[in-house]
Amino acid sequence: MAENILHEVTQADYKYGFTTDIETDIIPIGLNEDVVRLISAKKKEPEWMLEYRLKAFRHWLTMKMPEWAHLKIPEINYQSISYYAAPRTNGPKSLDEVDPELLKTFNKLGIPLEEQMALSGIAVDAVMDSVSVKTTFKETLAEKGIIFCSFSEAVEHHPDLIQKYMASVVPITDNFFAALNSAVFSDGSFVYIPKGVRCPMELSTYFRINAINTGQFERTLIVADEDSYVSYLEGCTAPTRDENQLHAAIVEIIVMKNAEVKYSTVQNWYPGDKEGKGGVYNFVTKRGICKGENSKLSWTQVETGSAITWKYPSCILQGDNSSAEFYSVAVTNHHQQADTGTKMIHLGKNTRSHILSKGISAGVSNNSYRGLVRVGVNAENARNYSQCDSLLLGDKCGAHTFPYMEVNNETAIVEHEATTSKISEDQIFYCNQRGISTEDAVGLIVNGYAKEVLNKLPMEFAVEAQKLLQITLEGSVG
Amino acid sequence: MLQIKNLHANINGKEILKGLTLTVKPGEIHAIMGPNGAGKSTLASVLTGNPAFEVTHGSVSFHGKDLLELAPEQRANEGIFLSFQYPVEIPGVSMVNFMRTAINEQRKYRNQDPISATDFLRLMREKKELVEMDNKLTSRSVNEGFSGGEKKRNEIFQMAMLNPSLSILDETDSGLDIDALRIVANGVNKLKNADNATIVITHYQRLLDYIVPDFVHVLYDGRIVKTGDKNLALELEDKGYDWIKQEVEA
Repeated sequence: MAENILHEVTQADYKYGFTTDIETDIIPIGLNEDVVRLISAKKKEPEWMLEYRLKAFRHWLTMKMPEWAHLKIPEINYQSISYYAAPRTNGPKSLDEVDPELLKTFNKLGIPLEEQMALSGIAVDAVMDSVSVKTTFKETLAEKGIIFCSFSEAVEHHPDLIQKYMASVVPITDNFFAALNSAVFSDGSFVYIPKGVRCPMELSTYFRINAINTGQFERTLIVADEDSYVSYLEGCTAPTRDENQLHAAIVEIIVMKNAEVKYSTVQNWYPGDKEGKGGVYNFVTKRGICKGENSKLSWTQVETGSAITWKYPSCILQGDNSSAEFYSVAVTNHHQQADTGTKMIHLGKNTRSHILSKGISAGVSNNSYRGLVRVGVNAENARNYSQCDSLLLGDKCGAHTFPYMEVNNETAIVEHEATTSKISEDQIFYCNQRGISTEDAVGLIVNGYAKEVLNKLPMEFAVEAQKLLQITLEGSVG
Repeated sequence: MLQIKNLHANINGKEILKGLTLTVKPGEIHAIMGPNGAGKSTLASVLTGNPAFEVTHGSVSFHGKDLLELAPEQRANEGIFLSFQYPVEIPGVSMVNFMRTAINEQRKYRNQDPISATDFLRLMREKKELVEMDNKLTSRSVNEGFSGGEKKRNEIFQMAMLNPSLSILDETDSGLDIDALRIVANGVNKLKNADNATIVITHYQRLLDYIVPDFVHVLYDGRIVKTGDKNLALELEDKGYDWIKQEVEA
């Protein structure tokens, strides 16, 4: 019985698996210095940017793929991937000039750009394959001095800001995937909120891999200057393909004195089929720094996609009295694997961090939480509270927790709580007896379990995330 | 309303019900009593479609439909309600959300539109008063952190909300002090009308002081071996079950 229900609830199909028939400028597969130069040339980058890429590439050559994660990663042939693919356009000036096929794709994804401009007041930067297609609302934001544009545009128009902040939180030597991204990244988003400005709308970026055999390497850089505030959302999907696709992104966030950044993401890359064929390899480095006093950063993530996820949105708490939060729901089903968590590095006095991780495993998947809490020598009165919960659906999946703590200041208080539970047949039957079908019961129970995290998401994202949780687990319980 | 004929059922290959026959008509209250292990709770589980039990023989018809052909949620939406002996906790799922989902599933099953927010809140308020349910209980997660008595009261509250035609109360009196027992029984009595029926499964006569049955059945070794009126319950209270066993085995 248990298996039956589990089986039923996890069989829904990935609904973003379509591809878009669009003219694409794609470079041949393979990776060497010439490719790095070619990418830079395609993007008409200044010399300093090329130098940065080459430095990263040369360093990458000396590195090995990390093996410490609780993941089985098939060998990746980095020479069989194309590192640059772009819809062939000549830089749209307005929505009228954007390829109608591309607009159709974004409409299918539920992001009608025009409508969003008109109705929801969300500014959207949509990145398809490697380039940023169109940033909406730029003019409205510019009046407040807010910069929200594609990374390429920022390199061209705001080189001072890019040079000052890029790689200041995630250096090129940070890790294998960060070095790779730094060498070949194609586009991404840049956000700058000036001093004292409260961003009047949610900023959001959608990433989409479309072309075959391509990797997606985008980077996001968010800088919140003193006394500013911004809430930033990111969503992502990819078409259904039999071969695996590589996604290695970098997100860097810099939060100055008294500023606050909320970063939310719903990650729904193609997870592969029910037998574990295909799917996106998602190796992402996300890190923020609370640089100034009283600064605040919160990460909220809902992870439902990707065949393999390797991702630890982290925060360096440098400013005194700064605080950071990490709220995560990670769902794995079928053959998906996730090793995800966070790092909280307390350097300043009276710094506080809160970690709430909710893992949900179904099918034959494996879901690991890996978290580090480090309290530096000078972090007087640092405070951390971590709670890691795992929910198992069925008995063929795995949930693992790897908490690390390094406390070097005796005034610090660090707490960790972990629980593991199963959706029981009794719970399902109780719902059934009240007229609720098993599938709806699982949705109800899972959403109840993840509620504390989902409540942290902006409204429209929360609704999407709830549906996504239910869809991801369709066909799975007991 | 309900006709059970020669019902046999197993759990883990062990036969628990061994030819049970029972007819329930609208407006009736049936008490089912019997020693431990006689199959009382199994009967409740089998009628509501608990997948842990396997029906091997016999038939059950409910409002003319073959009940055994229906999934548990269909049986619920057809109007069968079970007040669980041990209600489970569902963390994070608020009573409000749970109840609204259940009501709307029932309405969907009956081709009705979902209930409006105002109507739903009005219904909640009305039924809470009926079963003297504390306001704070409905704002919490389903049964989470409820005391034994609160859980039972919550069952009766859900029964009031869903307005079933057949209610099965499985050991609803167990774990209740005398005041809680009175409140729960009052709730059940207020919900009683000429069109619905109740099966009260209990160990003790005590509950039947408050919920007065039309029939009392003694379940022993998977079958109903004796049927009488409310005086049979008093007799059992007085003499225990041994004389029944002797009668059956004689």
